[in-house]
Amino acid sequence: MGSSTENSAYGPTRNPWDPGRVPGGSSGGSAAAVAAGLAPWALGSDTGGSIKQPAALCGVVGLRPTYGTVSRYGIVAFASSLDQVGPIAKTVRDCALLHKIIAGRDPADSTTVELPDPIELPENADLKGVRIGVPKELNETEGIEPGVTEAANRTIELARELGAEVGECRLPRSVEYGLPCYYLIAPSEASSNLARYDGVRYGLRVDAGDVRAMYERTRDAGFGDEPKRRIMLGTYALSAGYYEAYYGQAQKVRTVIRDEHDAAFERFDLLVSPTSPTVAFELGARTANPLAMYAADLLTIPSNMAGLPGLSIPCGLSEGLPVGFQLIGRQFSENLLFRAGHALEQAIGFDYVPERLK
Amino acid sequence: MTWEPVIGLEIHVHLKTRTKMFCRCRVAYFEPPNTQTCPVCLALPGALPVPNRAAVEWTILLGHALGCRIPERAIFHRKNYFYPDNPKGYQISQYDEPLCVEGSFVVPEPEGDVLVGIERAHLEEDAAKTVHVGGAEGRIHGADRSLVDFNRAGTPLVEIVTKPDIRSAEEAKRFLQLLRQTVVELGISDAEMEKGSLRFDVNVSVRPAGSDELRTRTELKNMNSFNFAAKGIEREVRRQIEIYESGGHVEQETLHFDPGNESAPPLRSKEEAQDYRYFPEPDLVPLEPEREVVERLRGELPEVPSARIRRLEEEVGFALAEELVTSERDELYSRIPGERAAVANVVMNELAALGLDPAGVNAEELGKVIERRGEIPRAAFSEALAESASPGFSAERYLAEAAIADVSELDPVIDRILGANEQQVEAYRGGKEGLLGFFVGQVMKETGGKANPKVVNERLREKLRA
Repeated sequence: MGSSTENSAYGPTRNPWDPGRVPGGSSGGSAAAVAAGLAPWALGSDTGGSIKQPAALCGVVGLRPTYGTVSRYGIVAFASSLDQVGPIAKTVRDCALLHKIIAGRDPADSTTVELPDPIELPENADLKGVRIGVPKELNETEGIEPGVTEAANRTIELARELGAEVGECRLPRSVEYGLPCYYLIAPSEASSNLARYDGVRYGLRVDAGDVRAMYERTRDAGFGDEPKRRIMLGTYALSAGYYEAYYGQAQKVRTVIRDEHDAAFERFDLLVSPTSPTVAFELGARTANPLAMYAADLLTIPSNMAGLPGLSIPCGLSEGLPVGFQLIGRQFSENLLFRAGHALEQAIGFDYVPERLK
Repeated sequence: MTWEPVIGLEIHVHLKTRTKMFCRCRVAYFEPPNTQTCPVCLALPGALPVPNRAAVEWTILLGHALGCRIPERAIFHRKNYFYPDNPKGYQISQYDEPLCVEGSFVVPEPEGDVLVGIERAHLEEDAAKTVHVGGAEGRIHGADRSLVDFNRAGTPLVEIVTKPDIRSAEEAKRFLQLLRQTVVELGISDAEMEKGSLRFDVNVSVRPAGSDELRTRTELKNMNSFNFAAKGIEREVRRQIEIYESGGHVEQETLHFDPGNESAPPLRSKEEAQDYRYFPEPDLVPLEPEREVVERLRGELPEVPSARIRRLEEEVGFALAEELVTSERDELYSRIPGERAAVANVVMNELAALGLDPAGVNAEELGKVIERRGEIPRAAFSEALAESASPGFSAERYLAEAAIADVSELDPVIDRILGANEQQVEAYRGGKEGLLGFFVGQVMKETGGKANPKVVNERLREKLRA
């Protein structure tokens, strides 16, 4: 859980670009392994941005697929209605290749569906005829570092040079309510998903006089601060008397976010923005402030809440650290994401090997 | 003041599907503990539920039998609570969008139908079984250890909730009996209380007769038979009436009966308002039963017991109709041709006692025997009934043994017997007419049971009058 791997029971992962900085998270280990050349590709699991954000911070490519295209069977569930497995790789083509292997219906996961079109490996070098929307709120929101904005704007300019039609659009409610809404739904589901770690059948058990005390001690000893924080948030949000005001309301807002994205996709084929408001931050910089940590997912959460696929590609460096560029598509538009990502990747010419590893 | 009981029921029925509700483990209750388990029903990390199609269809079928509406969409919810028999920390159940809603179930009574409203019928998974070892046998308090057997975890369970439409303990019992029979006939459950495949709780309150208020109710749990339930309800109704009549008020509480000791007073417990934090199960998509499937299942619905009682009532009256249906002999009754009341009486009073498999009875041939039972010896009739399920059973053989009705054949026998029993003849003529039976018996003995009883009676009376 979290955007830095600092909540891991096994300690934090370090960013190959600067070992004093976080790799992003929660799938920061996968992104760092690919960035450091330890693996040609890796799987991540994404709930609020856990593939796209670490891919951005580590200078690699990550896809959060359309919800329901990759089986969740076997992954430790966090927030079931948002969790999605996806590929992390050095290039868009590698990412597409891995996605082709993992995507499709799995009878063991009732929420998966058959892909409407098979995944194709991208070949094209231009963006002719592709309509790209630049949501004002995702690109101009407070907290985006100037170097990040600069790299993203350069990429938008490149897209135009490659033949894309670029225009501005708005996602006001998605950006304003996305994060608070996410932090009601995800912890609610997490509080229930984590209930099975009760010390009865497997894993840690701290014995006590009766079963209730055994539960309390086991869960107190076994869970770290962040899971406990989310279990408490979620339990509260689902409680009788609060359900309608919190979980119920958040589900309604989710529909609003979906509708707002649908409206944008009437005019555009893709929406773009920086993946993360900042480059990789220093280890320990945000551990004392959960809200600052949650803000790392500000730009990835809205499209996740809408169930939409998103691709993050490296688009340059700021202060010597990678900046990620996010492309969001309609449901099941992974092929378009790969084509556009591939064309931009060719034009950007990003060198994914960190300077200090050369 | 007269008081009126207000009773509602919650019934749990285990479906006898081949596999569990959300995984492919077998439904098998008598295997060694924890042998029918998998990552899904043990709630290992990463395991996901997949609904059992047969369980969904059977629940819809049951919904049809309960006269329910099957909504376009049903959803599974998570019911969150911690208990060792609940491996995921939540039970997958249904909450505000169940599979079956707004039904009504007919309980035929001599004075007319009683309609019991069905609030809902929903599908859920059962918990594991906890066994408490040591201490005070089987009880959680004082036990040394508690062991959990997950063979039952995740087996499919239908919960049926009635409206508080039942007005007497007897009515509750009849409802439960008919419901049980309906479920068994649908082939979806054994519905055996001893095995735990049928369980129910009863909600009881009372109110002044004629009013439509709903007063505080108590919940009766753990009753192990329909008769026990009826007794428990009566007892609880009396208790509540006494409380109101002495100016007190009834507390909302649960009465836990001890199924092992029917005479023990129930343990009382306050109803804790537990917060189950229901929310839609995100691991499952909404159930949207195809309309063709819903209609196909409606077509597969056999005539339910209550409808059969109503149909047969017109032929044989309520009491016999109900007996025939509830003893599951109405199918045999319907197959046997002949005068309906005679057939019904034979089926209920004579065939039932023989313990024959009703399905094996050759109804066509038996019908012929019943039709002419007055013309054949009693012994031949009894023998025909006993043989009616044997292969090759034919009426002809028994009908051939026509009773001796020929006066010229019977008179010499009668004369002989009267001659040999002069004292009794005197007594009869002196007014002891009850001796007629003695003479009939003698004649029957003499003729090996083959004399026509009606003719023998007539001839004896006539000769004794002389």
